[in-house]
Amino acid sequence: MAYSDKVIDHYENPRNVGKMDADDSNVGTGMVGAPACGDVMRLQIKVSDEGVIEDAKFKTYGCGSAIASSSLVTEWVKGMTLDQAADLKNAEIAEELALPPVKIHCSVLAEDAIKAAITDYREKQK
Amino acid sequence: MIDIKQNYFELFALPVSYKLDAVQLSGRYRELQKVLHPDRFAHLSERERRLSEQYTAFLNEAQATLKTPLRRAQYLLTLQGIDTLAETSVKMDAAFLMQQMTLREALEEAGGAVDPEVALAQLSDEVCGNLKAQRQQFEALYNAADYEGAAGAVRRMQFLEKLALEIEAREDELLD
Repeated sequence: MAYSDKVIDHYENPRNVGKMDADDSNVGTGMVGAPACGDVMRLQIKVSDEGVIEDAKFKTYGCGSAIASSSLVTEWVKGMTLDQAADLKNAEIAEELALPPVKIHCSVLAEDAIKAAITDYREKQK
Repeated sequence: MIDIKQNYFELFALPVSYKLDAVQLSGRYRELQKVLHPDRFAHLSERERRLSEQYTAFLNEAQATLKTPLRRAQYLLTLQGIDTLAETSVKMDAAFLMQQMTLREALEEAGGAVDPEVALAQLSDEVCGNLKAQRQQFEALYNAADYEGAAGAVRRMQFLEKLALEIEAREDELLD
């Protein structure tokens, strides 16, 4: 199966790889995994007091499509409000990266990851 | 001839269980291989030869499935209508995922360790220990007919098996 140019670009030059302090009250951490392929994804966001995502980092152990999906999401959510980021749909990710049907689940994983990160952040604010 | 509508356990006259009688499996496998040996079909029509090839493929798939603990566990669940390999979005326990992330980071860092071989061996021991624990959990839950619980153990095994393979690949690279 051939990867699209965009997937290859994100795979070879992943954006925002890294780690934030998960204990920081301004940081939300999303951990998700795909048992069928054994992929693991961590996506973190740093949120300003105004509820805007200032920074995002990810680390993904998985196939090229999973890496590209999470890399793309970190690029997209920077500057978004939490509500905007929570609205992100996997179909938008899949379309941007031209993922083939068998790799759609990688974009679902990335959507789950950003949602989990937002949930984690909101839980911390309570 | 063999009946390809049988489940794999029936094919080898084994009880449907995670605990495997490996001697029975390999003995019956050899018997069936003899029955299906291509030489016995050489004089037959092409259609019959093609059938025998199909039977052989079925037999080999069945043997490979039952022989491997993870594949055997996955197969037992498919007999209960649960296909853990077709699942695309399953919630996994956050603590387990965190551990998987840490183990994968440790694998990445093992290459830069003072003695990479020792670092990899330690990691391998840890992962094998985890795998063994998940296998035992699977067996207990499966025997108690808690198939959803057993599927959870299989999912965890799927992550760990993949990691074990990656560690092995890294060890091979070091030896080269």
